[in-house]
Amino acid sequence: MSRQRRAPGTGSFCLTLLRRQLILAARRPIEIGNPLLFFAMVVALFPLGLGPAPDKLADFAPGILWIIALLSSLLTSDTVFRSDFEDGSLEQLLLAPQPLYMSVLAYIAAHWLITGLLLALVSPLFALMIKLPEQAIGVLVGGLLLGTAVLSLVGGIGAALTVGLKRGGMLISLLILPFYMPVLIFGSAAVQNAIAGYPAAPYLAILGAMLCLAIALAPLAIAAGLRISVDA
Amino acid sequence: MWSFFHKLGSPPWLFGIAGSILRWLLPITLVALAVGLVWGLLFTHPDFRQGNSYRIIYIHVPAAVVALAGYYVMAIAGAVSLIWKMKMADVAMKACAPIGAALTFIALVTGSIWGKPTWGTWWVWDARITSMLILLFLYLGVVALYEAYDNKEAASKACAVLSLVGTVNIPIIYKSVDWWYSLHQPASIKFTGESTIDASMLYPLLLMIVAFYGLFTCCMLLNMRAELVEREARTNWVRKLAGAGARR
Repeated sequence: MSRQRRAPGTGSFCLTLLRRQLILAARRPIEIGNPLLFFAMVVALFPLGLGPAPDKLADFAPGILWIIALLSSLLTSDTVFRSDFEDGSLEQLLLAPQPLYMSVLAYIAAHWLITGLLLALVSPLFALMIKLPEQAIGVLVGGLLLGTAVLSLVGGIGAALTVGLKRGGMLISLLILPFYMPVLIFGSAAVQNAIAGYPAAPYLAILGAMLCLAIALAPLAIAAGLRISVDA
Repeated sequence: MWSFFHKLGSPPWLFGIAGSILRWLLPITLVALAVGLVWGLLFTHPDFRQGNSYRIIYIHVPAAVVALAGYYVMAIAGAVSLIWKMKMADVAMKACAPIGAALTFIALVTGSIWGKPTWGTWWVWDARITSMLILLFLYLGVVALYEAYDNKEAASKACAVLSLVGTVNIPIIYKSVDWWYSLHQPASIKFTGESTIDASMLYPLLLMIVAFYGLFTCCMLLNMRAELVEREARTNWVRKLAGAGARR
């Protein structure tokens, strides 16, 4: 009994987990920088492929920026649980007395802080590069802040289900891209509305609703997926 | 009551019951399919506007309806296997995925063949078409995930989680694409317009839908029997079964 009393509470346990993930990421700054570099490079591909005409780029800019955000979230979500699965600390996490739901949420929060948040914060720079009209930049950042959090949560489901597989890389995109589509639809619709001068708030509100739904349900699926992957 | 549930957990019992259901369901389904096809394709009036091209409805609509229903059958079977740990529900869930994917594919292909003469295009990013395409991806995702696992028990559990997550996604996608396009595209092209379908066309269509449900069930039971034999290949009852088959 005395040992159980000494076990940290759920809140402090999750904060410790979050801190651990962030420190691990900070020790390897290139891992944090890679998604941003990816973002910048893919942005540079579009003017080369579509031609540099500013008005044409401006038409496609909302979709381009959102699709790149989707892809970079997709590419990074594969790694959320992988190293911890390989060194066995994930198994310890499953055995821990704290609810897995909350600890999974800490992992996802760390993933979002490292990828989604940074991506949303630097997105105005890339938006200007591909001529997104300036009045839409605020909506883009707001949409990305909400949307990338949904993407991290959904990506976590794919990561949890495929973490035990040796060849999970391509599979995870097949599994979770269909779940990314609603976010893409509402995210780019918000930016397009802002460009056209219509209110974008309803679309942002729906993204927020999706975030609430994802926070409530995705950790359940992630926890179930981790249990399956560790048992397999 | 409870003994029924206990029996459900027994592979030989399920194998036998699936066989005896198939014995009467399969002929009925085949007859219904044949009657529905001949009735729909040969004995209904040509449509006032579309002429004979509308007749593809007798394949397109049943395939689409059953493809959507099949997803929910798969998800419910997945939920049952996760919640009550019924292994036979795993088998049912695994059996649904390829059939559902095939039906979704049929619905998409017939829809696009139908679209060419009536809309003048093979493909439109309409809400229904897009959500059917995503349904196909969801089915294929389940199939791919199942194949990726070596441990088939874990594979079924993982697929159950994935198909349950998909049930949340399908209505969201359907509504979202609807709202998305309400901005861009006037609702000129709708599958279910105000054109109420005439009774002479409706009855063969209803028969075909029933026949497709039967076809889905038959394929599912056949798949389940194959899966049961494969999973239980080392047990006595399968050996007996194989021996009986070989002697005959």
